[in-house]
Amino acid sequence: MSAITFDHATLHIGGRSVLSGVSFNIEAGEFIGLLGPNGSGKTTLMRAVLGLLPPSGGRVEVFGRPPERGNPAIGYFPQLRTVLPDLRVRGRDFIASSLNGERWGLPSLSRKERLAVETTLESVGARDLAARPLSEMSGGERQRLLLAQALIGNPKLLLLDEPLISLDARNQEIAIDVVRTVCRERKITVLFSAHELNQLLGTLDRVLYLGNGQAVLGTVDEVVKAPVLSRLYGADIQVVRADGHIFVMSRGRDVERVDHMHDHDHGHSHGHDHGHSHHNH
Amino acid sequence: MIMAIAMATITVTAITITDMFDYEFMTNAFAAAGIVAVVSGLVGYFLVMRGQTFAGHALSHIGFAGATGAGLIGIAPLWGLLAFTLAAGVAMGALGERISNRDVAIGVILALALGFGLLFLHYYTSFATQATALLFGNVLAVDHPMIVTLAVLGAITLAALAAIMRPLIFSSLQPELAEAKGVPLRFISTAFLAIVALAVSECAQIVGVLLVFTLMVGPPAAAQRVTTGLWSGLIAAAVFALAESWLGLTMAFYSDWPVSFCIAVLSAFAYFACLALSTRMGPAHPVPAP
Repeated sequence: MSAITFDHATLHIGGRSVLSGVSFNIEAGEFIGLLGPNGSGKTTLMRAVLGLLPPSGGRVEVFGRPPERGNPAIGYFPQLRTVLPDLRVRGRDFIASSLNGERWGLPSLSRKERLAVETTLESVGARDLAARPLSEMSGGERQRLLLAQALIGNPKLLLLDEPLISLDARNQEIAIDVVRTVCRERKITVLFSAHELNQLLGTLDRVLYLGNGQAVLGTVDEVVKAPVLSRLYGADIQVVRADGHIFVMSRGRDVERVDHMHDHDHGHSHGHDHGHSHHNH
Repeated sequence: MIMAIAMATITVTAITITDMFDYEFMTNAFAAAGIVAVVSGLVGYFLVMRGQTFAGHALSHIGFAGATGAGLIGIAPLWGLLAFTLAAGVAMGALGERISNRDVAIGVILALALGFGLLFLHYYTSFATQATALLFGNVLAVDHPMIVTLAVLGAITLAALAAIMRPLIFSSLQPELAEAKGVPLRFISTAFLAIVALAVSECAQIVGVLLVFTLMVGPPAAAQRVTTGLWSGLIAAAVFALAESWLGLTMAFYSDWPVSFCIAVLSAFAYFACLALSTRMGPAHPVPAP
């Protein structure tokens, strides 16, 4: 069964074409690494799957049906989180707010919902964390809490938008490991966007590489090679393999690393923002 | 902290309850301040959570223009206050985050509103005596019909808040996710600012448009220093606001200082005490070793 199907789909934001006539098919249960330079449309693609951005051309399907907003089968981990610098709400209440958070009335959780929160916190090892306010958490802890949240309600598809941003190398490994374990166990389809391919190499089934309005889906060996990436980056790209690692280079510079450092800075400045929300899609 | 305030309330009221409540203006003031404090504390909790306190401040200034304008055309200031704050709240919500979180835009608009307030006062000179009451509150002049009005407005405000509370919390804490789950963000933020407008109008009757922070921001901010739970935070915010306004009234009765000054002092004291308390205790739960 297909989890996500794009059939000659075109996505526009504010008159700008982000993806044009893109086709691919992700099977249920696959772990897909979503890669591509900044602004190549990784978040936009996820928004289309979430039903927030209808395609201006072609067809998008999620589990054989058109995307619908609020689809309970999708767990979502957004990239730009508006965490107020002084948000003194404990982690448990923070993630509990997402359970049926779209309903009217006073917030209240049934016993079953409370149990679901606890079970999920347990499964990602975030139970102790959840008693603390968000303003006192490190980036890695916050990430783990939000991952727990994305898993509540047993989604069949998990969209993780740059979950590794602003994590150190060790916490990145832990995060990938947790996602892999939980998703293999529950047979969840994963779309994991990232800047660096190497940490995901041992985990992903296939990569979906975006760039220049196009998308290429395939195994690492099929996609991560000079001719394909040169087309996606619109630049002369060399792919260097060394010691089980893959380096994507442009004129001798590692494009992934440059991108990553750039975005890392963004992640930081965002954290110190005075509560202004950003919609940078 | 809560204990200390509660105990102080009990001891002070025990000594003074007989003579203070002999005066009808004091019982009226206690009733009005009580209603408004609870509404302000609860609505203010979300104002602080959303980081929109400055927007709340601006609404009260815009309300000042409404109140003086109402005096000019001969209706009660409260209705002018309500009309202007509601209109401004809805407009800010409809314009979205582009405006409601922009400090400069809000600052310019609130200054403009105060200017208009002054203009209206200029053309309606006999109203000028009421200017101080509007700016700094006059809770001791509250009469029975006003208490009824405040109670009805307060009930409407809290009912509206209760109706949107769940999606409001969700979209305040996690707007991106809330949007993906189908929460109408724009509607929620507009409805919330309308609720804030109602609360500001009520609050201004007690402490005046310039001091709405004392009941709408001080108590919730103090509450969020002592508890990180949602419900406990809401309850603490309401209790702080209630204790501060009633203690402030008592303090004013025996000292002859203005009520709004006493409430402002208590509000600031409670906030800084809670801040010191939470900083001294450090993180509530130590970071577990990895």
